[in-house]
Amino acid sequence: MHGSRTYRFSFALMVLALLCSWLLSISSGSVTIPFADMLSTLFGESPKIASWEYIIWDYRVPKAFTSILVGAGLALSGLLMQTLFRNPLAGPFVLGISSGASLGAAILLMGTSISAGYTSLSFLGDITLSIAASIGSFLVLLTVMIVAQRVKDTMALLIIGLMFGSITSAIVSVLAYFSSAEDLQRFNFWSFGSVGNLSVNQLLLLGSIVTIGVILSIASIKSLNAFLLGENYAQSLGVSLKKSRFTIIIATGLLAGGITAFAGPIAFVGLAVPHLTRQIFDTMEHKVLIPAVMLYGAILMLLCDTLAQLPNSASVLPINAITSLVGAPVVIWLLVRKRKMMF
Amino acid sequence: MAHTGKNILSITDLSIGYGTKTVTKGINFNLEAGMLCGIVGVNGIGKSTLLRTLGGFQPKLSGDILLHGKPLEKINTATLSKELSVVLTEQPASKNLTVQELIALGRQPYTNWLGTLTKEDKQQIQASLDAFLLDELRNNKCHELSDGQLQRVLVARAMAQDTSLILLDEPTTHLDLYHKVQILKMLQELAHNKQKTILFTTHEIELAIQLCDRILILDGKEHPFGDPCQLIEQKHFDQLFPSEMVQFDGKTGSFKVNK
Repeated sequence: MHGSRTYRFSFALMVLALLCSWLLSISSGSVTIPFADMLSTLFGESPKIASWEYIIWDYRVPKAFTSILVGAGLALSGLLMQTLFRNPLAGPFVLGISSGASLGAAILLMGTSISAGYTSLSFLGDITLSIAASIGSFLVLLTVMIVAQRVKDTMALLIIGLMFGSITSAIVSVLAYFSSAEDLQRFNFWSFGSVGNLSVNQLLLLGSIVTIGVILSIASIKSLNAFLLGENYAQSLGVSLKKSRFTIIIATGLLAGGITAFAGPIAFVGLAVPHLTRQIFDTMEHKVLIPAVMLYGAILMLLCDTLAQLPNSASVLPINAITSLVGAPVVIWLLVRKRKMMF
Repeated sequence: MAHTGKNILSITDLSIGYGTKTVTKGINFNLEAGMLCGIVGVNGIGKSTLLRTLGGFQPKLSGDILLHGKPLEKINTATLSKELSVVLTEQPASKNLTVQELIALGRQPYTNWLGTLTKEDKQQIQASLDAFLLDELRNNKCHELSDGQLQRVLVARAMAQDTSLILLDEPTTHLDLYHKVQILKMLQELAHNKQKTILFTTHEIELAIQLCDRILILDGKEHPFGDPCQLIEQKHFDQLFPSEMVQFDGKTGSFKVNK
């Protein structure tokens, strides 16, 4: 059997890279903190300047962990969708799942102001926002799945996903037109995407959602591998199609929906990371791919977040823009180099 | 009944089709262990529908399908996957799999929840690689293979699944004569050496006559089934195609075009 040792080496390298990018992400920001001071603060010592402790522990560390959760979760949801839909171009964005989450968030943030009297959104808190976004993404995912049963052509399915995206963004525009400036701004900020600003409680909630998604994915490893042959073959290998499809959809919806709810729509991580991962891990075995895409996604997200956090400046670029700037060329490069995208 | 112990598949008065539309009815045959059986018939007569019905991919309309004496529809998916394997006309969804990975998937019914391969699984995979001359190609990706090689890989996967019955839908399409004969010879060896029952649809009637132990002719009426030589004697191949176009020559077992 080839490969198991080389994969161990690749995994070790990736864990190391993850650690480095985690440190890089924590050391960069609007306030310059010397690397040695940052390390000592992380190890529990009090830094020379008291505010550094606050900056590191209350802002940068949660943000770095959010990045890891978001990157790993989105990459995993992309992998699940590519296998489930037998389509190399599937991802939370392409199939309209992120648009569904946006719609859920938009209805909550802007729609509630139309049906007046529902003013204190901060009171409802972000749990409501995440539930709304998750419901939105589940609905779109289910609709796409039902359509996928009827439409066998994968290209048609992608176009349908894009159409769903258009419909939801049209509804969002209508909502935006009728909503107040404040609500509109709230929604706009959400839609830029951000991995910062999550409280510890929110981080814990996001962590639990991602964990459930990961557990469901691990439980589906065998059926995911069987789906690589197609659904009929999977059935002949003893896979219960309905049950495993359902499990994978729930996992995808939780991952993509939950993450979008907390961090806003973040493009291309779900689509590009599985392909990038296969450049290093030349296998289709989900036992290897699941941890690998999660590591890769986390690293990429940490690096994108470091880029977004313009060094030595107070301004933060929208993370959604950064991942698109990084992700879109990657997809083009893969297509041009390989001529044909495969999964 | 002399062969009750070895009887694998029994079909009685089977009707197949989709919903209210009957494609073919009145199919009867019995297959024993170690038999290679070809299903022949003109396009659209229901060869693939029959195979899909026997594989459990679509419900029968009426009649009985008994696998090891048990009604097919009563066998659950997990048990069925140890009794029956298939080779379909559809291509594998991902051609990024290596030959070895694809064949290893055939062991899924036997592996644990994570799909860990045991020593026995690995031996089965190696045996399948060897039987279909794929050892040198084991690390090649499926998209790098020729049609003939890919077909061998798919059949090898079915062999690795180690089921008493293997169904194949047109395993010889898109192949040249040499590779057609190669695949069918390999199926014959698999049936005879490992006592597998193999049922396949084909348009290669002349090859099927030479290699199969049994042939089922779907003609839309009686659906004759039996030993190829008997079927020739009973002149069942003669009416398979309109006689003004092609004529069957019973002496050579081949079809001639009427000029």
